[in-house]
Amino acid sequence: MVILHSFRSVGVHLLRQATPIITRSGRNSKPISKNLFFLFFSSSPKTFLLKPRAASSEKNSLVFKGDERVVGLLGKVDDAFDNVDRFQSSSTIVAIVTPIGGPPGAVGIVRLSGPKAVEVAGRVFRSARKRRKKKSNDSDSDLDLDSWRPTSHFVEYGVVVDSNGNVVDEVLVVPMLAPRSYTREDVVELQCHGSEVCLRRVLRTCVEAGARLAEPGEFTLRAFLNGRLDLSQAENIERLISAKSSAAADAALEGIQGGFSSLVKSLRAQCIELLTEIEARIDFEDEMPPLDIDLVINKINSMSEGVESALDTANYDKLLRSGLQIAIVGRPNVGKSSLLNAWSKSERAIVTEVAGTTRDVVEANVTVRGVPITLLDTAGIRETNDIVEKIGVERSETAAKVADVIIMAVSAIEGWTEEDTELLHKIQSDKPMILVMNKIDSATSDCCDQLKDKSKKEEVFHKSVFTSAVTGQGIEELEDAILEILGLDRVPTGGHQWTVNQRQCEQLVRTKEALVRLREAIEDEIPIDFWTIELREAALALAQISGQDVSEEVLSSIFAKFCIGK
Amino acid sequence: MSATTTASVSLRHLRSFPCVIPSLFSFSSLPLHSPRLCVFLRRNFRPRQLFLHRPHAASFSSSPGATSDSNYDVIVVGAGHAGCEAALASARLGASTLLLTLNLDRIAWQPCNPAVGGPAKSQLVHEVDALGGDIGKVADRCYLQKRILNVSRGPAVRSLRAQTDKREYAMEMKKIVESTENLYIREAMVTDILVGKNDNVEGVATFFGMNFYAPSVILTTGTFMSGKIWVGKKSMPAGRAGESASQGLTENLQKLGFETDRLKTGTPARVDRRTIDFSTLEAQHGDEEVSWFSFDPDFHIEREQMCCYLTRTTKLTHQLIRENLHETPTYGGWVEAKGPRYCPSIEDKIVRFKDKESHQIFLEPEGRDVPEIYVQGFSTGLPENLQLPLLRSLPGLENCSMLRPAYAVEYDYLPAHQCSRSLMTKKIEGLFFSGQINGTTGYEEAAAQGIISGINAARHSDGKKHVVLERESSYIGTLIDDLVTKDLREPYRMLTSRSEHRLLLRFDNADSRLTPLGRELGLIDDRRWKLYQEKQARISEEKTRLKTVKISGGDLAAEVSNVSSQPVKESATLESLLKKPHVHYKLLEKHGFGNETLSRMEKDCVEIDIKYEGFIVRQQNQLQQMVHQQHRRLPDDLDYYSMTTLSHEGREKLSKVRPQTLGQASRVGGVSPADITALLITLESNRRRSQDVKRGKILEHALAESNQHSAEEEHMVNE
Repeated sequence: MVILHSFRSVGVHLLRQATPIITRSGRNSKPISKNLFFLFFSSSPKTFLLKPRAASSEKNSLVFKGDERVVGLLGKVDDAFDNVDRFQSSSTIVAIVTPIGGPPGAVGIVRLSGPKAVEVAGRVFRSARKRRKKKSNDSDSDLDLDSWRPTSHFVEYGVVVDSNGNVVDEVLVVPMLAPRSYTREDVVELQCHGSEVCLRRVLRTCVEAGARLAEPGEFTLRAFLNGRLDLSQAENIERLISAKSSAAADAALEGIQGGFSSLVKSLRAQCIELLTEIEARIDFEDEMPPLDIDLVINKINSMSEGVESALDTANYDKLLRSGLQIAIVGRPNVGKSSLLNAWSKSERAIVTEVAGTTRDVVEANVTVRGVPITLLDTAGIRETNDIVEKIGVERSETAAKVADVIIMAVSAIEGWTEEDTELLHKIQSDKPMILVMNKIDSATSDCCDQLKDKSKKEEVFHKSVFTSAVTGQGIEELEDAILEILGLDRVPTGGHQWTVNQRQCEQLVRTKEALVRLREAIEDEIPIDFWTIELREAALALAQISGQDVSEEVLSSIFAKFCIGK
Repeated sequence: MSATTTASVSLRHLRSFPCVIPSLFSFSSLPLHSPRLCVFLRRNFRPRQLFLHRPHAASFSSSPGATSDSNYDVIVVGAGHAGCEAALASARLGASTLLLTLNLDRIAWQPCNPAVGGPAKSQLVHEVDALGGDIGKVADRCYLQKRILNVSRGPAVRSLRAQTDKREYAMEMKKIVESTENLYIREAMVTDILVGKNDNVEGVATFFGMNFYAPSVILTTGTFMSGKIWVGKKSMPAGRAGESASQGLTENLQKLGFETDRLKTGTPARVDRRTIDFSTLEAQHGDEEVSWFSFDPDFHIEREQMCCYLTRTTKLTHQLIRENLHETPTYGGWVEAKGPRYCPSIEDKIVRFKDKESHQIFLEPEGRDVPEIYVQGFSTGLPENLQLPLLRSLPGLENCSMLRPAYAVEYDYLPAHQCSRSLMTKKIEGLFFSGQINGTTGYEEAAAQGIISGINAARHSDGKKHVVLERESSYIGTLIDDLVTKDLREPYRMLTSRSEHRLLLRFDNADSRLTPLGRELGLIDDRRWKLYQEKQARISEEKTRLKTVKISGGDLAAEVSNVSSQPVKESATLESLLKKPHVHYKLLEKHGFGNETLSRMEKDCVEIDIKYEGFIVRQQNQLQQMVHQQHRRLPDDLDYYSMTTLSHEGREKLSKVRPQTLGQASRVGGVSPADITALLITLESNRRRSQDVKRGKILEHALAESNQHSAEEEHMVNE
């Protein structure tokens, strides 16, 4: 009995000596049983001192055991864990690596680097070969994305698509898998068309697919930390880093001034406030009045809206490329075509006194604050038996449907009529609408007043403007109205602030994702603790600071706000 | 025969055979060269024959031999909640452990709230239990009332809270401490730390002139180090009411170069249960289905529960306080030490939240056979003569009599950045700090630190690597990481919001996170390990079953779609049903699709794993990604001041905290992400430089060798 006991204790002792404490979850139980087996049947106990270790009691064993129960759930187990001394970046970064700002080059390159580079690329890239094969089976496309297995250093042709499946650009993809790449991480380069807008859209798609915008010099930094470049080059990197901090300071300074960043700040404050409300209840359960769930949900909804609208504002680059379509609709003979001509300073549309002159959709291009706008002049909408005009009216209605903004023109001479009400019902949608009261030059003030009242009553109109196609009066106001509706009046146009916006845009995309998940969690009636995960993530996305800072902030806020303490 | 076998194995393990060693080996005359060797010899040198006189473990606290011995492997100073766990863990790891306390009758005393658990704290208790600690077992054995908090707020924040019988608690813990092998207890006031030549601890000196020696010493001084209690303007030196403070140790620690500071905490008055009119008060009952802290079913013994009651402050209370604010230490201005924000005194509450007309006050029993009632939420610094009128302003307490006045206590602590995450101090090798001395509050926080320092002290004496729980592994890890990394200005209490990964640190998985480690360390015995493995096997089998068993239609499908208001697919697995909102394992059981052989806890585990799988896997993946970089170790000898690319604040803070990993460095206040990048670059540059030097040496060596060869050849030719 005594012998057996001593055997066991010796075994355990030796084991403790031999097995490094840093074992990954799941492996821990194995060595014990195996070694115990050896213990009883091995003549020389020393044989299972697998890794004799220099007795260094100062070095600690760091223990990060996962949850034994979860191990089965995790798909892939990363074996590099034991090697904690190597540099391993956790994030996947993306940036446009060819120069921008000058005249567009023929080709521009967007580079992804990091552990998830292939995954992100797989999400945005559709190989031309694959597309043909998989066209029939749409529902499986999700599975398809993850399984993009590129051959290293093998160029593939295809397209970049956004999350909705719209083609963004046609690209060549060059995968360079670790360690045979500049950064010694997985690198994927997307060779796109050289225009800035193209590149930015591809960049944004990558960000939406899970990559993070690279800091200045970050590729080089990673290359250095992973053993590339020689020591003399390191000093250059150090310089880059200090430049980074001053750039960050610049950016912060700029941020303070921008209305955009105050929005980000207020969103973050709201996240913290909600976290405070929820966390206080969790940590001090019996001391707090119950949580007003409806209020929380309302706040979350309004935050989501705020983020969405801010993102729309950040969509400036998208607008720059594709521009806007604005449909001018209205009853016959209210001056739609004259408006188009006056605005585009051309004689694009035929203008007569005869109602129903315009039979088809007429296009004209104007530029408002750099945004290309396509104006669609449409046939006046009315009940008609004329076959040609009938088709024209149908086309008008279609034009109103596809346009980004609808301008409804009415005649200031006639004022608001029954037909106008009918027409409004027909074309009404959730798109922004502007009421243009044309022919102001020859209208009576009574009519104007009536129209003013009307435009105030009808809430569907975001704006109303008096114009005169003849004198050109009101066109400028109309342009302002459009910019305001699209939120473009707040978008800075200077070149430097672009980058700031790009970053904020990234933050907003992350926030939006978190909020979408949060709303799903609420809909699925997941307990409130899970809400905090998403709220934390949103708060983190909105300010690139560490997680503990959020915890500390929430705690301070709890103690400041609530009377806690039993 | 056994002796010869062992001798060939390793000298280190000789102590398993205490009776034979001293006679077999007599190298006590060897010169003591290194401290390491010194430790080694001392242990073997000790007269181990003691074990022979001890027929069974329970008797050794009274064994006359034990008290005359002054050499141990580990000395634990203080027998509170940190000290007990530390001593137990250390003794169980085989280290002969001496537990010194000022008063043997106050072992594991609960001087404040007689309760264990609550949000985040209960997770700590589960974790200590998963590592083989005792706080959970004793709380399970001595509970007066148990309640699960945050029932419907998510599995990660669900937590157990128990009111405990404070006397019974202390008695039970004392019994365990007394009956543990290798553990010796003794009354003594430690006044100094004995330090060797290499800044290593050698033992402790006591007030009455005794010296005790050990290569590891754990200080768990609680509120006793230069403790001073206050009631109104009156104060006296004391660790707790009626118990003398420990004097002199602070000064000696300061002499060793430690930075000390002062903290304040307080405890409310106790009133006589027999003088309270409970009839008008709202009663708070315990849960009908009792839950447990310990994962060990042997300790799951149900007992009768007692009630807590709820009362509120009145206009009179508020008026009394406002009129006498100048009489309180904080507002009168004669105590400056900071109290905790989450435990404000009643005057703080009334001053800071002027708009609140009334505050909740809880009346909690302190034991089954004591009349004392703890007045939760009513701690005050007012003088004693005002305390009774104040208590009597509460409904139900109009005629109460006060048994003990409320008091505040001020004590010395050592800001914990002076410890590494093993809880060993950075200055003195072998000296460990645990509990309130590190600036925490709470029995659970103390126990959590205690078990870690106990493990590490024992391992230190044995020449083994220290064990550090990473932040993401547990609340224990989070607690210690916060303590040693952050600049804390108030007593630290564990809260769920302090963990970034609390979804992964739940009550239900504390065992699957930590018991394998406990086993590896040697704290989990065979019986417990078998229980654990069987439990995990049952859980994983049940999950497989739910994944494979399909139902089509029937009552269950109907009820599921009714409860969740989601359609149920034709031929759905039980797993998919359980994932739907409002569907619980109980529903499967109701329709005969459950597994009756599982315990309630096991069913909970299965349900949580399945229901929240998506969230858990997502967090786990995020963690895996982050862990690579966060756990990267930093060399101990980094000269931060020479890193010119670091910000000034970064240099200062990093030099002070001396983080062990990159992740810890990034959590130090005032260290920016740019600092971390600069640090990474420096590390890589250093690595390359040393590599170059190494390469150069190899080259030199090779050159020298080839020269030698050529010289030899030359020589030969010449010959």
